Amino acid sequence: MSDAASYNFAYLDEQTKRMIRRALLKAVAIPGYQVPFASREMPMPYGWGTGGVQVTASVLGADDTLKVIDQGSDDTTNAVSIRKFFERTAGIATTTHTSEATVIQTRHRIPEAPLGEGQILVYQVPIPEPLRFLEPRETETRRLHALEDYGLMHVKLYEDIARHGHIATTYAYPVKVDGRYIMDPSPTPKFDNPKMDMCPALQLFGAGREKRIYALPPYTKVVSLDFEDHPFEPTKFDRGCALCGSEGIYLDEVVTDDRGGRMFVCSDTDYCESRRAEATEGGHALHEVPR
Amino acid sequence: MSTSAVARGFADPVHDSQKVFRRALDAMAHPGRIAQLGTHIEPPAPLFATSASLLLALADYETCVWLDDTLAEVPAIAEFVRFHTGTRLTRARREAEFAVIAEPEHMPPLTAFASGTPEYPDRSTTLIIQVETLANRGWQFTGPGIRECASFSAAPLPPDFPEQLAANRARFPLGVDLIFTTQTEIAALPRTCRIVEAA
Amino acid sequence: MYVAVKGGEAAIAAAHTLLAKERRGDPAVPELTTDQIREQLALAVDRVMSEGSLYDRDLAPLAIKQARGDLIEAIFLVRAYRSTLPRFGYAQPIDTSAMSIRRRISATFKDLPGGQVLGPTFDYTHRLLDDSLNEVAAEPTAPARRPIADDANAPHVADLLGEQGLIEPNPQATDDAPVADLTRDPLAFPAERDLRLQSLARGDEGLLLALGYSTQRGYGRTHPFAGEIRMGSVEVHLAPEELGFEVPLGTIVVTECEMVNQFKGSAESPPQFTRGYGLTFGHSERKSMSMALVDRALRTRELGEEVVAPAQDEEFVLSHVDNVQATGFVEHLKLPHYVDFQAELQLVRQMRREWEEANRKEAAE
Repeated sequence: MSDAASYNFAYLDEQTKRMIRRALLKAVAIPGYQVPFASREMPMPYGWGTGGVQVTASVLGADDTLKVIDQGSDDTTNAVSIRKFFERTAGIATTTHTSEATVIQTRHRIPEAPLGEGQILVYQVPIPEPLRFLEPRETETRRLHALEDYGLMHVKLYEDIARHGHIATTYAYPVKVDGRYIMDPSPTPKFDNPKMDMCPALQLFGAGREKRIYALPPYTKVVSLDFEDHPFEPTKFDRGCALCGSEGIYLDEVVTDDRGGRMFVCSDTDYCESRRAEATEGGHALHEVPR
Repeated sequence: MSTSAVARGFADPVHDSQKVFRRALDAMAHPGRIAQLGTHIEPPAPLFATSASLLLALADYETCVWLDDTLAEVPAIAEFVRFHTGTRLTRARREAEFAVIAEPEHMPPLTAFASGTPEYPDRSTTLIIQVETLANRGWQFTGPGIRECASFSAAPLPPDFPEQLAANRARFPLGVDLIFTTQTEIAALPRTCRIVEAA
Repeated sequence: MYVAVKGGEAAIAAAHTLLAKERRGDPAVPELTTDQIREQLALAVDRVMSEGSLYDRDLAPLAIKQARGDLIEAIFLVRAYRSTLPRFGYAQPIDTSAMSIRRRISATFKDLPGGQVLGPTFDYTHRLLDDSLNEVAAEPTAPARRPIADDANAPHVADLLGEQGLIEPNPQATDDAPVADLTRDPLAFPAERDLRLQSLARGDEGLLLALGYSTQRGYGRTHPFAGEIRMGSVEVHLAPEELGFEVPLGTIVVTECEMVNQFKGSAESPPQFTRGYGLTFGHSERKSMSMALVDRALRTRELGEEVVAPAQDEEFVLSHVDNVQATGFVEHLKLPHYVDFQAELQLVRQMRREWEEANRKEAAE
């Protein structure tokens, strides 16, 4: 079984797809609410993107173009592996360019290039429950969501402020969706949180092991939790990318030697390459690596 | 059962289902946006091909479907739906994942269907309402999926429908989700829609 | 100049080639056949079938071979395959009282109708390594099979107690009551016993063993007796709606354990013996006994017991008993996390700066 012909299109059987599609429609109708779904065992391990893969497999059609990123990059091993999986089982077109993709599956990042209407961003989610580390019981967290009782979360954030002077959460930073549900944005750095707000693309979240699907329809208000006297602050970098020179983007710190040498480069590899290509086409010299 | 009597379903179930689902997902994600839903299936009247293709794409033996009296009175429709989806047909509205309504002026109130529980608001009915016309004028909506404001109306519907929509929104996160169909188009109003002006 | 790391694809392909080579081992040693695994590593096959939730004596050995003997990996392979299979319907409940018995013991009665049948067991073997297995041994001769007191006359031990009203009756399902199936509906809490049993049957033998053991050591004590353990083959029947009668699908080997537990009674129930139930594919006494202990421990709601120990906590047990889920999530820590780590780095640097400043100020004051 090595070619698309011997698999069902996009691997999943039709019954499973229908079940996931029904869950997706409810997820879109109740933004930020975690819809339980009968997640299947997939040919990759739980925790490695089975939720995202099931969601992608259920939305994907023959005319879609898929992009897969992990840590912002198309070339990390897990992104390569998942992209190959869909090339093999669905025979669809793939791309690394954010603007060309109709469906983007991601782990831990939102692309830097703004997403547009008609695009679908599929997040791989490890722990969908934003209250889980404050309350381990599902029966209890479900009740708290039902009652819109989010006191626990505010107490936690407030304790952060009392202890550290600021909120000490840097990723998987909780958001409130359209004024109702508190939602875990998956372990994206909080830098990416503002991109979720009023985003023109449809955002779908799949948690395979935890068997939950949730969604943000396009143009949905997504507010990072904060306090009046301690407003939400996205992570800021005090420099630009050492390769393309872009500023205001998320950077990876790369250790260059064992004497404390460091450099900072774009986490979003497609963004970085596009900026550099533009610079070359435009006749500008490539940004030289400082230091 | 004489299978020869049942009208044909999707020519290419895998890809036809996917296309129909994506239209439905798009409609749900953009409340009030009217889209063409081309389909080659010819279900028994008065079930629209659009409504039938939604059922074929989304219903199966793990779901329950409720048909209004107008549809339920035609045995060929029940046979068609059962044959192609394997779904259970129910007369209990609150059991149904999907309800199909062919006579919208006399449809039961939205509160007559499953609206979920506070813990599981997703356990609610999606209504497929067959109407004569859809238009991007009339009622004004805001809410998720709508950048600023969306104009949308469907006809015919019960006269108190705007009030029912407002009440459906007021119960959020409980509520029902609506997909409107004509012979060729679909549009959706999920429970998130806030009706701001009932023109 | 630094170039962003690339080449994941080539690295993955190379790793897979290496894996295939490692799996094969020294080519001078003859390759293991799946027949050999099925016949000679039968208990491993049984475990993979049980926790893989798929009774297939050809696929499980293949999975074991492919997984290089890593049984959790093999279980995962079988599960992933299973999830692609279409669902045609649900079989009728198997009738273990009609089992063709190969082993049947009771620790509660010295003798009983149907008799005690030791069958193939490690019990009472001396655990001395047997040098002779290093050689290709002569065929062991099976003892002449003692005619087992006829199978049909081997009632369940728990039912013998039931006749005197000393044990709670087995719950009787109504014909049209749907049976929970966590492969079709996600686990929801509170979980009823059918769902719990399914989850335990698919669950990890190691975790169930530890949890069952913990109940014996006082963490949720249930005073168990091994009422009966039986192993043998049973027929599986399907009753397709359109046929209106049952058709046999074949036979499967199962191991069933019924624990009999002392129970002092509570506001909800009178003093009586209660039951814990375990069932596995193939021959797996450790798993079925552990399962029965944990099943009983989890029946707190029904019997009005207080939840005081991990084995009684259904959310804790059911959320963590699946080894395919567990291994995936533990091992996902191998995936890159550098985006989040970067965010944490920034935060730790910031907090250290603040800490140092605060200390400096304090020292200055």
